[in-house]
Amino acid sequence: MNEIIGVIFITIGLVFNFFGCLGLVRLPDVYNRLQAATKSVTLGTCSILFGLFLFKGFTAGGIKAILCIGFLILTAPVSAHALARGAHKSGVKLCKGSVCDKYAEDDK
Amino acid sequence: MKKRKSSFILFLLALIIWMILSWPPDLEHLIVGIFIAAFVAFMTGDMFVKRPYVFKHLSRYVWFAYYIPVFIWECIKANIDVAYRVSHPNLPINPGIVKVKTSLKSDTGLTFLANSITLTPGTMSVDIDQEKGYLYIHWIDVKETDIQKATEHIVYRFEDILKRIFE
Repeated sequence: MNEIIGVIFITIGLVFNFFGCLGLVRLPDVYNRLQAATKSVTLGTCSILFGLFLFKGFTAGGIKAILCIGFLILTAPVSAHALARGAHKSGVKLCKGSVCDKYAEDDK
Repeated sequence: MKKRKSSFILFLLALIIWMILSWPPDLEHLIVGIFIAAFVAFMTGDMFVKRPYVFKHLSRYVWFAYYIPVFIWECIKANIDVAYRVSHPNLPINPGIVKVKTSLKSDTGLTFLANSITLTPGTMSVDIDQEKGYLYIHWIDVKETDIQKATEHIVYRFEDILKRIFE
């Protein structure tokens, strides 16, 4: 039973990771790409790790998978934040259809 | 006294993470872990926890337990949102960077707020102005450019809970 639920979780994770990669290719600029990459890849990878935990149970591998979920949720948004801020500071413009850029207005 | 308390909290946290890493637990790992956690707590104890008394309040843990399912639900919604936008043939995006206001002050609270905003539907934090309490948010589908209305859209669903946990 645990194996079946684990396979379902791993499949969900793979689908979300796929959409994250599709977003990386299709979306127009750095910030939008970071959005797709951060969100989908975080939940997708967490889902895969949780599926692994269901396979392994409370063994060395399974517990480490749970620990990895915690670290991933804490660190992935921080890295996205650092990349977005660095991109903006070094002068990467928003894509063409953008509505407003309050950050550039305040940063002068 | 304050320094010793915050070192002790860091010691406990480091020991717990060490024990999870070296699962299944046994005596040798425990002894090595105690030495390493004591060393880490001795070296960096006064930097980690600024206000040790907040760890005593029980209501904070209850609110944190309430925050986790809210966060996971928002995270799943964010993923479905991204999947919809990416797989739609016309790419329905309307991006921009908006400015929102927050009343959180502590470092931990602001970090969690920024991380939650990044993992929720359509928004990603770009920068924080801690003194004035402003956050700059990249929004993939801008509905409001006004500060007050954007704040209602983005920040309010987390701010109350995080204020009870970290302030």
